[in-house]
Amino acid sequence: MKQIKKVFGGELRQYSMLIALVVITIIFNITSHGRMITPSNFQNLISGNTYVLILAIGMLMVIVIGQIDLSVGSVAGFTGMVMAITARDLGLPWWIAVLLSLTIGAIIGAWQGFWLAKLGIPGFITTLGGMMIFRGGVIWISKSISVPAPEELRMFSSGYLPDWGPTFTGMNNSTLLLGIIAIFTYAIMELRKYKRKIKMAGQKEEFWPVLVRIVLVSVVIGYLTRIFGTGRPGTSFPVSGLILVALVIIYHTITQRTTFGRHIYAVGGNKSAAALSGVKVDRIYFLTMLNMSLLAALAGIMFVGRSTAAGPSDGTGWELDAIAAVFIGGAAVSGGIGTVMATMVGGLVMAVLNSGLMLMGVGADRTQVIKGLVLLVAVAFDVFNKKQGRPSIIGRLFPKKEHKPEDGNTAKSSS
Amino acid sequence: MEHSLVLQMQGITKIFPGVRALDDVTLEVHRGTIHAICGENGAGKSTLMKVLSGVYPHGSYEGKIIYMGNEMKFKDIKESEKAGIAIIHQELTMIPELSITENIFLGNEIVKFGFIDWETSRKHAVELLDRIGLNIDPNTLIKNLGIGQQQLVEIAKALSKNVKLLILDEPTSALNEADSANLLALMRGLVKRDITCIMISHKLNEIAAVAGAVTVIRDGCTVETYDVEAGHVDEDRIIRSMVGRSIENRYPVHESHPGEVIFEVSNWRVEDPNIPNRMICKDSSFSVRAGEIVGFAGLMGAGRTELMRSIFGRNYGIYHGGTIKMRGKEIHVTTVNSAIRQGIAYVPEDRKNLGMNLLDNIRKTTVAANLGAILRGRLLDLNLEFQVAEEYRQSLNVKTNSVDSGMTTLSGGNQQKVVLGKWMFTEPEVLILDEPTRGIDVGAKYEIYCLINDLAAQGKAVILISSELPELLGISDRVYTLFEGTITGMIGRQEFNQEKLMKMMTNTSGWDS
Repeated sequence: MKQIKKVFGGELRQYSMLIALVVITIIFNITSHGRMITPSNFQNLISGNTYVLILAIGMLMVIVIGQIDLSVGSVAGFTGMVMAITARDLGLPWWIAVLLSLTIGAIIGAWQGFWLAKLGIPGFITTLGGMMIFRGGVIWISKSISVPAPEELRMFSSGYLPDWGPTFTGMNNSTLLLGIIAIFTYAIMELRKYKRKIKMAGQKEEFWPVLVRIVLVSVVIGYLTRIFGTGRPGTSFPVSGLILVALVIIYHTITQRTTFGRHIYAVGGNKSAAALSGVKVDRIYFLTMLNMSLLAALAGIMFVGRSTAAGPSDGTGWELDAIAAVFIGGAAVSGGIGTVMATMVGGLVMAVLNSGLMLMGVGADRTQVIKGLVLLVAVAFDVFNKKQGRPSIIGRLFPKKEHKPEDGNTAKSSS
Repeated sequence: MEHSLVLQMQGITKIFPGVRALDDVTLEVHRGTIHAICGENGAGKSTLMKVLSGVYPHGSYEGKIIYMGNEMKFKDIKESEKAGIAIIHQELTMIPELSITENIFLGNEIVKFGFIDWETSRKHAVELLDRIGLNIDPNTLIKNLGIGQQQLVEIAKALSKNVKLLILDEPTSALNEADSANLLALMRGLVKRDITCIMISHKLNEIAAVAGAVTVIRDGCTVETYDVEAGHVDEDRIIRSMVGRSIENRYPVHESHPGEVIFEVSNWRVEDPNIPNRMICKDSSFSVRAGEIVGFAGLMGAGRTELMRSIFGRNYGIYHGGTIKMRGKEIHVTTVNSAIRQGIAYVPEDRKNLGMNLLDNIRKTTVAANLGAILRGRLLDLNLEFQVAEEYRQSLNVKTNSVDSGMTTLSGGNQQKVVLGKWMFTEPEVLILDEPTRGIDVGAKYEIYCLINDLAAQGKAVILISSELPELLGISDRVYTLFEGTITGMIGRQEFNQEKLMKMMTNTSGWDS
């Protein structure tokens, strides 16, 4: 047990949702007689959920600052429709239409950010208004009719990486290359982290946990590479998945390693204290809302590309999927807690549930019921953990022995 | 009946996972007295009171509670309340949007035919308010009352439940001198009506003024209990038993070597953001030299915090004019950020709500106000962050074994050290410390004073706001007094004298220096 802890860095609890994800995937694989863990199902799982996961990234940041965005579905639908219409009616090249649509997304975000940051209207209200405005807008500009999307977009939203080179690898070589890059990048990062820890005085570290970590992660990446790479000829790890991975890396870095990221958590954790530490709270609110709508536009475009047409009801209910992903990932309703990585796990849990239940032939009605229950159980689990005096998501920051029990239900600093 | 015991707590032991919060504690309270309980933060005073009032139900602790001669096994607060035990917490629990009457009878409504009988309720409320000497319309909303009055209403609420044993947890910690005196007088009055009071307090002078007996708790154990004649409390003895060591001097020796004037505020004028046309700073001017500790004294509402926060990047109030000079040159600080960049740091009085993010750990808190210093390119260097936090943890003697410990796991004193470290890391020239030792125990206070001295010795200008006059006089070089937004005077170390200071704090005619 002690060894396992060393490998995973302290608390196993923070991996609970990841473990749950693996377990339900395996269970579904058994109940669906091996149809869950197949190349084509995994490829669909990724490309079919990219849009929700992209939304969830933005939503995580919105929830961390202690707000909520109900308008993302409408904004995604609206911007997707703008793209389809401008490409068809104005004859704009697809990429100009995409840029235009993203710009409009950013403008919408600025509009919502203005109401929240400058006028102090709570995000719930601001975006409830936005939800109605842009749902109405998309029906208005489309006259309630679907509009075909530019062909070229399919490459990004449901396309695959090219196949090339020798055939003896037995799989798609682009996917193989990606897998190898991923393993190497991870190994190099781990080694650098280890080296720097050694360099810092007083930090004597054993090497074997690092090695075990690298081997373990390599095996997992290798296994996933094999699954994604051995599908039908011409298929690979989806391009949309690649876009998602890039976004996750970018946003993980932004939230964990930049001043802006720190400020997001500071504002969500304690707005007044943040302001007194020199954080421009309004600016953080504004930028976070702007970013959310920008990502919503991207999600809308990806979705439209995949479904080959923009429909007036695209995006209905997406905000709820994104919010659910964030909370299953352990974010706090009151703000200040949550990570991009955990949110992705939360989103994948929902995606696997959808897919697995469908494979089992469970109807959409019961799928909805089950997803609702999972959300409740996941959040209850989290709340329970926190009651034990240990915020689960940042649980690793709180090694066991330093935990002085509070003599009350709140965090009191004086007695 | 004069000296019979109203309460005996025998061998109380309460164990939290991993920690023995109370260990065989004994407490005996005589009827009709004010019994003071003191001890450092975290000594177990509040836990003991929670055991007594049933917050921790019978069975979750060991030991016996004998109240009025009978052994009590409270399952919850309701039961202890029924028995006549009421507790008034440090944080007030009134609902601001409801009226005095509604608050007093909340959870205990007077009902007639299934409806609340407001007529009778109000009549009772008036009687109760009369008993506590508060002459206010019972329909007034709580939010319109001052903190002192709210506390009185809390007591009225307790009286409405026919309280026999009233527990007050740090009752005066948020009150000004006048309100405190008023409250202490009321407590004496209650005792005359056969209501026994238990008072948890840090303030030895108050204990000396009213208490008939003192119990000192340290590290979850009863250290000693003794009866006192009012006015004859040996403060040093209490302090010795609280900290387990003797503190010869409560304030470290401070040798001042003031240099040139580095911080100068002139004709500062600020309007109240909530009440139009009311000025909270009226033409204030003051200066601080390098290496000098300058105190600011004033009663609650005098505008000390407001003045400093308005200087700190206009964080409070509406600016109406005035200049700030740093080393003789005028600087413009229109945002908190620019204040920090130009070498001003402000440690707020309300640590939990303004000083830090309780979700953070030590390392994130330490760098929070100066992230720029750990940037490498556009990314934060987490190793540098670790080193910085570790350095401050060690030099400030923060008692925890890792900078990854969460702020909530620290005691008030250690939290304050981390917060001070956070501001020291911004490398300020002027440090404004607003009540830096509030809610901190005696031992940690001494460490904070030493730290303040060190900062001054490094040539920083230190501004110290404090409501504790002995503290101000103990470590400042000079003290300015404020009264209703006006600086009413300044006295130097040679002329320090509490009465004189108090006079200047309460009376604008005190211009004499």
